[in-house]
Amino acid sequence: MIRFERVTKRYPGGHEALADVSFEIRHGELVVLGGHSGAGKSTLIKLIAALEKPTAGKVWVSGQDVGSLRPNQVPYLRRSLGLVMQEHRLLTDRTVFDNVMLPLLVTGYPPKDAAKRVRVALDKVGMGAFEQVMPMTLSGGEQHRVAIARAIVNRPSVLIADEPTAHLDPAYAREIAALFRSFHQAGVTILLATHDETLFSPYGSRRIELDHGRLVA
Amino acid sequence: MSIALFPHRLALRQALARLTAKPLATFLSALVVAIALSLPALGLVLMDNLGGLARGVSGKPEISAFLKREVSAEQAQRVENRLQADKRIAALRFVPRDLALKQLAARGGFADVSGALVENPLPDAFIIEPTGENPAVFEAIRTALAAMPEVAHVQLDSAWVERLHAAVELGRWSMLLLAGLLGAALVIVTFNTIRLQILTQRHEITVSLLLGATRNFVRRPFLYFGLLQGLLGGLVAWALVEGVMALIAPRIEDLARSYNIVLDLHGPTPLQAAGLLAFAALLGWLGAGLSVRRHLHDGAVD
Ligand SMILES: Nc1ncnc2c1ncn2[C@@H]1O[C@H](COP(=O)(O)OP(=O)(O)OP(=O)(O)O)[C@@H](O)[C@H]1O
Ligand SMILES: [Mg+2]
Repeated sequence: MIRFERVTKRYPGGHEALADVSFEIRHGELVVLGGHSGAGKSTLIKLIAALEKPTAGKVWVSGQDVGSLRPNQVPYLRRSLGLVMQEHRLLTDRTVFDNVMLPLLVTGYPPKDAAKRVRVALDKVGMGAFEQVMPMTLSGGEQHRVAIARAIVNRPSVLIADEPTAHLDPAYAREIAALFRSFHQAGVTILLATHDETLFSPYGSRRIELDHGRLVA
Repeated sequence: MSIALFPHRLALRQALARLTAKPLATFLSALVVAIALSLPALGLVLMDNLGGLARGVSGKPEISAFLKREVSAEQAQRVENRLQADKRIAALRFVPRDLALKQLAARGGFADVSGALVENPLPDAFIIEPTGENPAVFEAIRTALAAMPEVAHVQLDSAWVERLHAAVELGRWSMLLLAGLLGAALVIVTFNTIRLQILTQRHEITVSLLLGATRNFVRRPFLYFGLLQGLLGGLVAWALVEGVMALIAPRIEDLARSYNIVLDLHGPTPLQAAGLLAFAALLGWLGAGLSVRRHLHDGAVD
């Protein structure tokens, strides 16, 4: 499903964020990506979503070499992924409903069914009652859940989340973890970047760990 | 079909929403576009009117013969008899100096002047329409008239018609040049408007691209915005041209009548109006397109 082949990423300025990283995530797996701050977790996720290009090596997603995609193919790669970025990036001038609607709007989804899908996604993350609320009035945990609803509204087969439980108190964090577990049980392939090593261990997840850009486990 | 058009409807709706979100800014931008466009548009409409006049007159050229001031009525009558006998002359009209002055006085402002004049400064004149259209015949009549002792001055009207024609042509070219220059300015104005929009919507653009929006999807609302703003400016320009024409046409017609020219000025024809709107919309689209091409490049996605 996702495969890294001796991937190195050097940012302009010379910093090597990833060095010779190889691994594979198979269909239906739940993989937790660990590592200290600055280890390269976000960089790895950006390479999968074609937000950055590898300096060396290859990144494969669903059999496609991401680094060699033409610019007009990139949107279709991103549509096949559910992305929850580290900063949740909700649009502050739109309601929760419109934020979750955005991926459907962007892909030209028939508007009639779109509203139904948005409600299903919001219900799944327990935010059904907040449809018409503006994101800025929500708590950090609630905003995270809206971002997750936005990531799953397109029903992607892969869900990728960068620190979905950061800055949340433990009770909220466990709630979010349980949410990902339920998606995993529904058959979705999941890659989670997190500091919080213990949170997902009860769910039979596989761990890979980065240390200064190198894969150590 | 509705599925294929959906993204366009969406983009159009977004562009309209952005236009109506800031009505004052939208109105002012449209006004800038309109003022810049109305100047050459008005010029072209006037040239078109004058061009029609030149064409209408040149089909029936006339020769004016102005008599010397000291020529008496009997002498004038004798000249008229002689001219009427001339086979080369198809029609003849005598404009006595009193009539010429009365016509002049009939136009508002001139009344005072003519009242103040001790003596009528205008000469008697014959307006002559030659037979046929042979320039050699015109020339022969002209020399014959000039040779008459009673005649002070002969004017071949086709000469001023030609001059008018050339002037109109020159005016038309100047207006087109002006339209080109102001058009370029409008492209720059739109370019900048869209640049600011892209800046303020950077976050939304980034998120949309992250969620799988194509570049076209992101581009489209800006292009429609440019198109609509241009179109709006074109509409206002059209209204301005119609308004100015309604205001000045009667005055110009009066002035022309004082020169014995019957003018019927008209505003832009439907085709010209459509051309104005299309030109304005095209400029807006172009400015937006260039801006989007320039500014959506530099890392809307980080
Ligand atoms: N755009 C960039 N340009 C230059 N250097 C960058 C850029 N993005 C990240 N880096 C550097 O690359 C390294 C890895 O960054 P990355 O964000 O991938 O770490 P991370 O594991 O996600 O850290 P955190 O847990 O704090 O989010 C860091 O040293 C960071 O400073
Ligand atoms: Mg990170």
